[in-house]
Amino acid sequence: MPTDVTTDNVEKTIYDGLVELGTERGDLSREATLESLDVDSLDLVELAQIVEDEFGVELRGDDVKDVKTVGEVIDLVVSKAG
Amino acid sequence: MSRPDGYALVTGSSRGIGAATAIALAADGWPLRVNYRADESGANEVVAKIEAAGGSATAVQGDVAEAADVKRLLEPGERGPVLVLVNNAGLRRDGLSPQIEDEQWQQVIDVNLTATFRATREALTPMLRARFGRVVNVASIVGPRANAGQANYAASKAGVIGFTKTVAVEVARRGVTVNAVAPGFIETALTEEILGKDLEKEIPARRVGSPDEVAACIRFLASDQASYVTGTTLTVDGGLSA
Repeated sequence: MPTDVTTDNVEKTIYDGLVELGTERGDLSREATLESLDVDSLDLVELAQIVEDEFGVELRGDDVKDVKTVGEVIDLVVSKAG
Repeated sequence: MSRPDGYALVTGSSRGIGAATAIALAADGWPLRVNYRADESGANEVVAKIEAAGGSATAVQGDVAEAADVKRLLEPGERGPVLVLVNNAGLRRDGLSPQIEDEQWQQVIDVNLTATFRATREALTPMLRARFGRVVNVASIVGPRANAGQANYAASKAGVIGFTKTVAVEVARRGVTVNAVAPGFIETALTEEILGKDLEKEIPARRVGSPDEVAACIRFLASDQASYVTGTTLTVDGGLSA
């Protein structure tokens, strides 16, 4: 069963996913830019898979191409589920 | 370096190059998915050969021209995701360009090129997550090289080579390699009607190749030893296009 898509759940999954991909947990915040965290395009592909596995929400390339910050990723997942 | 758990999938592996490749990869310890579209008995024979040699394999029906079938072929199983993908299933519908029908064109593109894209797309994310993956696409010397009567086939195979190079650079930093082999004239069902027409004289090696000779190259590209080889096309043609 997919996890409920609440902002808190999504934030936890995104943060855990980014840590798994090599980001320092202490550097994470909603305002942090993906660029400043060294999150590259392949990291986003993997993060999209993590989100899909957890919440059943599919993020396509077009969805994430303009996303700049961690908070925007979280909001995108929540809005796609809504 | 220990290899992550997963499967090898060879599309179109009930006979010819695909069958030889499935058997070769099984010898390297990969549990095999032996894909077939219609030749179930051929696929079962390949599975039996693999099992007799101590390997593990399952015959899996699926038409790679169908998107849903491709998705199903690449679903993770008990032993993990597909980590070695050999896009081998191929089709020829020859004719001179002025006489190639839309349907002849589309079928060849669908099986040779679009299925390669779809299967690779499906396979890549698990490979990225595993930090290991091997994609080997079976192209052809026809594509880089002309062969009258095969404009559709040539376009599809040239497309496979361009696709291979581009995907290779996209995913190289995650330990995933993407390569192609380009067989010349190989003794298979796909080529039986064109072989034997004094063809050997044109081949520097003076003979056609065997499926095993192509499979050996695919096996290398799929191996741990080929970890720094990506984006390349290995020509296997007895010197024909040298």
